[in-house]
Amino acid sequence: MEDEIVLLDFWPSLFGARVRIALAEKGIKYDSKEEDLRSKSPLLLQMNPIYKQIPVLIHNGKPICDSLIVVQYIEDVWNDRNPLLPSAPYHRAQARFWADYVEKKIFELWSKVWTSKREEQEVAEKEFIEALKLLEDQLGDKTYFGGDNLGFVDIALVPYYGWFKAYETFGNLNIESECPKFNAWVKRCLQKESVSKSLPNQHKIYEFSVELRKKLGIESVGI
Amino acid sequence: MATNKEELSLLGVIGSPFVCRVQIALKLKGIEYKFLQENMANKSELLLKYNPVHKKIPVFVHNEKPIAESLIIIEYIDETWNQNPILPSHPYQKALARFWSKFIDDKVVGAAWKAFMTVDEKEREKNTEEVLEALQFLENEIKDKFFGGEEIGLVDIAAVFIAFWVPIFQEIGGLRLFPSDKFPKLYEWSQELINHPVVKEVLPPRDPVFAFFKARYESLVASK
Repeated sequence: MEDEIVLLDFWPSLFGARVRIALAEKGIKYDSKEEDLRSKSPLLLQMNPIYKQIPVLIHNGKPICDSLIVVQYIEDVWNDRNPLLPSAPYHRAQARFWADYVEKKIFELWSKVWTSKREEQEVAEKEFIEALKLLEDQLGDKTYFGGDNLGFVDIALVPYYGWFKAYETFGNLNIESECPKFNAWVKRCLQKESVSKSLPNQHKIYEFSVELRKKLGIESVGI
Repeated sequence: MATNKEELSLLGVIGSPFVCRVQIALKLKGIEYKFLQENMANKSELLLKYNPVHKKIPVFVHNEKPIAESLIIIEYIDETWNQNPILPSHPYQKALARFWSKFIDDKVVGAAWKAFMTVDEKEREKNTEEVLEALQFLENEIKDKFFGGEEIGLVDIAAVFIAFWVPIFQEIGGLRLFPSDKFPKLYEWSQELINHPVVKEVLPPRDPVFAFFKARYESLVASK
């Protein structure tokens, strides 16, 4: 019997992008259902009653929620190809730790940068860059956080890039000059089809950001 | 596999629910380790060396290699020592266990703490509502003796905060966070959990924990 795999998604979502990348890395065929988050479908509300959020992976009728939990699920089920996590428990724990750091710390600091008022922007941007530098240290000389291949931490982090880049016109951030190692890592990730095909068009994210900032009433320092 | 030559230590504080989680996991597996009591007001060199990123406890150290974050530590322990498994083996059940454990951290722990450690009525109400909403989901979810089935699993271990610490906050703050009439199944589960032979041995004595949080609460009230 063939597997039925559906992904409830929303094109700009970086969380959705994580799942897209994982599915692509494993070469898994699936149906994508685009959600309108202003008018959530009955299916979404049924499949994720607790958070009512995307992404939701529905595997043979059974829902899995929360992007990093979905990625781990994909890894556990399709464990015969392209491992996304290392095999040794200690290295797995480290990968989980850094993915958790992205999930909590990067999310927190990035939210501050994105919503900060003019006066707070500089401090927020500084803290954010420090966090990126910590991740750069973690990457070291490796090609990816996962080593020679894309891994759990790469998947957790790379979808943020489009948003970082889009923000550069609103604030005083220049990721390329401040975090060249991070920038180089992003470029390597983008060379992988699983990543480039899963991330939304850069200009579309920029336009979406502009709209969102207007809606939320956030002023921008930029030009 | 663990041998006598393994060097295992746990940096923590007695009375921390997160440290308790790890201790339950270790006890379940019958793993011996050294407990290194930390003073969070004066963090040790060792803690700063082993968890430079967050500088928090618990930190589990296995042959000089540190692991931080309670749920990540538990998965590590489960993957390293196979006896008495804590996570389910089936990928879907595993995903559910991870989901509910994270839910407890995201939706219960933060709100319960904020409901307790505040003198602002609105904050208290808002956070109490959040806790009650979250507990209702858990009430609907519990189907067996434990979340893990007949034996305790990851979710039960994560939820020890609800069984032991939330009632303490409730009592000190005069809150209605975990009313047994509203959550009968969850209440029954909590009694099974705190009386579970392994959990019972690991839980800290209630009086000192109660006194500690009471002192913190009273100093908050006094400062307003």
